[in-house]
Amino acid sequence: MLYAILCYNSEDAVGSWSKEYHDETMARLHVVHDKLARQGRLGPVARLLPTTAATTLRKGRENLVIDGPFAETKEQLLGFYIVDCSSLDVALETARELAGANPDTGSYEIRPVAELYAHTVGQRQKPAA
Amino acid sequence: MTDIGWIDGVLGAARPQAVAALLRYFRDLDLAEEAFQEACLRALRTWPRNGPPRDPAAWLIFVGRNAALDDVRRRTRQVPLPDEAELSDLDDAERAMAERLDSSHYRDDMLRLLFICCHPELPATQQVALALRIVCGLSVAQIARAFLVGEAAMEQRITRAKARIAKADVPFETPGAPERAERLDVVSAMIYLLFNEGYSSRREDADQRRKLAEEAIRLARLLLRTFPAEPEVMGLLALMLLQQARSAARLDADGTIVLLEDQDRGRWNRAQITEGLALIDKAMRHRRPGPYQIQAAIAALHARAARAGDTDWAEIDLLYANLERLQPSPVVTLNRAVAVSKVRGPAAALALVEPLESKLSSYFYFHGVRGALLDRLGRRAEACVSFDRAIALANSPAEAAHIRQHLDRLEGKAS
Repeated sequence: MLYAILCYNSEDAVGSWSKEYHDETMARLHVVHDKLARQGRLGPVARLLPTTAATTLRKGRENLVIDGPFAETKEQLLGFYIVDCSSLDVALETARELAGANPDTGSYEIRPVAELYAHTVGQRQKPAA
Repeated sequence: MTDIGWIDGVLGAARPQAVAALLRYFRDLDLAEEAFQEACLRALRTWPRNGPPRDPAAWLIFVGRNAALDDVRRRTRQVPLPDEAELSDLDDAERAMAERLDSSHYRDDMLRLLFICCHPELPATQQVALALRIVCGLSVAQIARAFLVGEAAMEQRITRAKARIAKADVPFETPGAPERAERLDVVSAMIYLLFNEGYSSRREDADQRRKLAEEAIRLARLLLRTFPAEPEVMGLLALMLLQQARSAARLDADGTIVLLEDQDRGRWNRAQITEGLALIDKAMRHRRPGPYQIQAAIAALHARAARAGDTDWAEIDLLYANLERLQPSPVVTLNRAVAVSKVRGPAAALALVEPLESKLSSYFYFHGVRGALLDRLGRRAEACVSFDRAIALANSPAEAAHIRQHLDRLEGKAS
């Protein structure tokens, strides 16, 4: 089963990390990524730009465009993983490994994936002959 | 939790909001700073054991305020408040209260804190130093290193700035819309000045000074978070990100300046470019152009060109023409002349440059650009005179070395 692991943290706090702490944390995370990839369990991984770069389209009779994220929250969605896990326990164990590499603040929301449309971006499909 | 690197991050992130709120309570910069320092000390004692509170800024404001009040009470022999070591997190009731108090004031608190650092009586260098100390929380030693001055001199500069502010009228009433817009302008200018301080053209300083540019970007993010729908703040942040993205390619191994068109574009920072382009896109949607947005749009055109030859100079020329209308300045015209030279040739560009002589006669770039245009027109003797003037006015050995290359080539041709 596929799970999305959604990474929430205070982007201000992450933005205030020293370069050393940032690099060490990323190095530890890459060990976990590599392990998941070797096991063939790692799907798309995304790290998002800060919410200051976000725009929201609020739907309604007239769609409303708002600068910034949909909701002001203490912790922001900073990125996500798609991981193949046989059970919630395995998904939690994976999240624990990520938390071990990037500890202390923030949270991982574990959400089972209902459907995944795995298109490839950056490559246009060839028109049918 | 043996590693406390994360606490620095959390304290650094909460600092501007916490100091800004404490400043509103105490209406005194020194007292606000002391209260924040005290709250940080207590955080360092309790957070490693209890973990971070759910809302670190609210915790720091609450504990900082109580610590300062507690200090007053202790002096008057009243009962002290309970030790916050018992306080793993704020009670929900207290937390809700602290939050209500602060979210309603957040925008104006933050703007006030930044604005205080930009007091018009302070010279620009003191404004920037004060913002680094108070808002960013850099140590005096760090600021001194970044500005390449002694620690004692920087300490004095900051103390003097604080003393001046203490005497000045700090506006605590909620600003109206025009005052708010005016404050945003002043604060934006201070942030851009700070960024430019970090844009050193000497390799040996570049590492020290990069910190200044990074802090400027952090402050602009903070400002944009506070005012998420202000296109000029988006433009300011975009402009700085797009310029900073090129920093690794600006100097070669010998510390010589590499011109934009000669830079190795593979060394540009893609993440910063992506963010800058996203922000300028967002800003343009508002159709309220301003100088930062236009400059960012120009930087974006450079960033979008995979090779120097792909640069859309005609569009850059148009953007500079817009900038000239909004913010007339001989330096803007000089920059426009560079775009004109690419689109319509050196003669048309020189016609724009020549009338600027009286205003820019002591400006390094004026003589550099003029020399290069004369050179392209084959007017070698005049080009040499301009390059000589440029070398005499160079701000750094790297600038002088760059012009020297042209001069050597021209003199080589002449002999």
